[in-house]
Amino acid sequence: MSTPLTDVGSRLVVDVLARRGAFVLDVALEIPAGRVLAVLGPNGSGKSTLLDVVVGRLQPERGDVRIGERTLCDAASGVSVPPEHRRVGLLNQAPSLFPHLSALENVAFGPRASGSSRHDARARAAQLLDAVGLLGYEDRRPAKLSGGQQQRVALARALAAQPDVLLLDEPFSALDVTTAADMRMLTAETLHGTSTTAVIVTHDVVDALSLADDCVVLDSGRVVDGGRIGRVLGMPRSPFVAALAGMNFLTGTLLGDGLLRTDDGRMLRARDSESVRAGERAFAAFAPSSVGIARDDRHLPEGESRLDAVVDQWERGVGGVHVRLVGALSADMNPAEFAALGLRRGEPVVLHVPAAAVSVYPADGGAPTR
Amino acid sequence: MSGPRWLIAPAVLGLALIVLPLIALIAKLDWTSVPAAILSPEALSALTLSLITAAAATVVCIVLGVPLALLIARTTSRAAGVLRAVVTLPLVLPPLVGGIALLFLLGRTGLVGASLDAVGVRIPFTTGAVVIAQSFVAMPFLVIAVEGAFRTAGVRYEQVAATLGASRWTTFRRVTLPLVGPSLVAGIVLCFARALGEFGATALFAGNQEGVTRTMPLAIYTAFNGGGIGQDTAIALSLLLVVVAVLVLLAMRSWREDVGL
Repeated sequence: MSTPLTDVGSRLVVDVLARRGAFVLDVALEIPAGRVLAVLGPNGSGKSTLLDVVVGRLQPERGDVRIGERTLCDAASGVSVPPEHRRVGLLNQAPSLFPHLSALENVAFGPRASGSSRHDARARAAQLLDAVGLLGYEDRRPAKLSGGQQQRVALARALAAQPDVLLLDEPFSALDVTTAADMRMLTAETLHGTSTTAVIVTHDVVDALSLADDCVVLDSGRVVDGGRIGRVLGMPRSPFVAALAGMNFLTGTLLGDGLLRTDDGRMLRARDSESVRAGERAFAAFAPSSVGIARDDRHLPEGESRLDAVVDQWERGVGGVHVRLVGALSADMNPAEFAALGLRRGEPVVLHVPAAAVSVYPADGGAPTR
Repeated sequence: MSGPRWLIAPAVLGLALIVLPLIALIAKLDWTSVPAAILSPEALSALTLSLITAAAATVVCIVLGVPLALLIARTTSRAAGVLRAVVTLPLVLPPLVGGIALLFLLGRTGLVGASLDAVGVRIPFTTGAVVIAQSFVAMPFLVIAVEGAFRTAGVRYEQVAATLGASRWTTFRRVTLPLVGPSLVAGIVLCFARALGEFGATALFAGNQEGVTRTMPLAIYTAFNGGGIGQDTAIALSLLLVVVAVLVLLAMRSWREDVGL
């Protein structure tokens, strides 16, 4: 069939203040039609509260949620469209397939509920099951499907209902690594192929990179950063984002000439600090792979910073050993280097950071971080 | 068996207490007279009335009990505790007391019965009264069974159905009810069995008029008191009730195994 699976793409605008117990969510977001926004944030930052407001399980105290020209809820006028009329789909961590229905019947559920004939609903369901690679599994009950297959059916089911906006809540976090990778690619292709406006809430930076165009970072119910994913991850504005991006993150004051004095009194040399004026607050970020570890600084090359540090622990890293140091810094080493150095926990070491690897950017360039 | 060995003695006695009376009943039976006894007009009349009223009571319990169970399952835990206790009341109340209470409610001078009487509706001592009495005592079996299932199923699937655009009625019909299907069937079976065996409340509230309110338990009671059908018929009917009960339990058991409960 040549018809697109989901042809409706609509702009989502959320501008709300919502309260749940003592927690307050206060956000303004806008997702252009057909685009995918990643919402990043630590536990308790308000991600699920945000989803509940959009789905219609929680009424905001102030503000409104709109899709295109449609108002989903508006605190001022007291309008609140019930969840079943919002055309907002949801894909959760748990597939939550109806256990008493076959895969095909699960996918056909949405079209049937919205008034399609049995024949049309089943035809559409079969087409979507095919699209998620489950041709031949139509008659299986959920209990007879693997976790990954169940999540594929759940994706097909969510899309079959033709939502204007699809919300994805940690959709791959319950899957094993390989299955998650497959499912991530499939979801990315399906979302882009259908031009579905979507919001993905995730802890996993790979989810955001694979699916989303833009991202926002939530913390304590507020948007603390946002923009193109590359920019947000490349210039983290909070320890949380730095950890997501796998970057070392320091805050300090620029002394001038590419030299940053960090808040804990270290000196860090950066390749380029033109965006920051001397005396201004600044953030610095550098990749653990650029950091060298030595016992002393006798052979410190020109143009490198030295940072005193204490070894805390280490774990398997990408292509080697990821050494964590006291104070949220880390360095990647290859195993031979690591073995030659013979590090011990609690041992003082010197970190070498090439200036070329350090980016410094203004601390006041975004929303306040905490 | 774990635990002290001597516990076997009370265990066997307990089993005997349940099984021996039934054996005695069967032993007393004059098998040659069973067909005639069961096929006598009085017996057939009682049997037919029992089946019809018990079926009607079961329908009443389904129509009223399923929504009640859903209400209890979805309300706050404190309110649910109170409602559950109230619903269980007919289970622990002597059925005779239930019958008296129904009379005070729906009798000619009763709380509601007086107004009904004024417009010419008289419920006590009718077949309708039998159905009401049976519904009163059988309702808890259905509600308790289904309520637990509703609570276990939770609202997760209902919320998913809402995000798929399903109205509340569609969700109830296509998701909520099918999910409690096994428990609903179990509740219906128990409910029917209890309605079939109901005696006390029926006797007081509906009376004992042949063809109108004399169900099998009442026919058996009457026979033993020397009226209506003979004692042999009474014994045969008792056995029939036992057989129906055992069949119900067996059916439920094999069916529960089918669905993996």
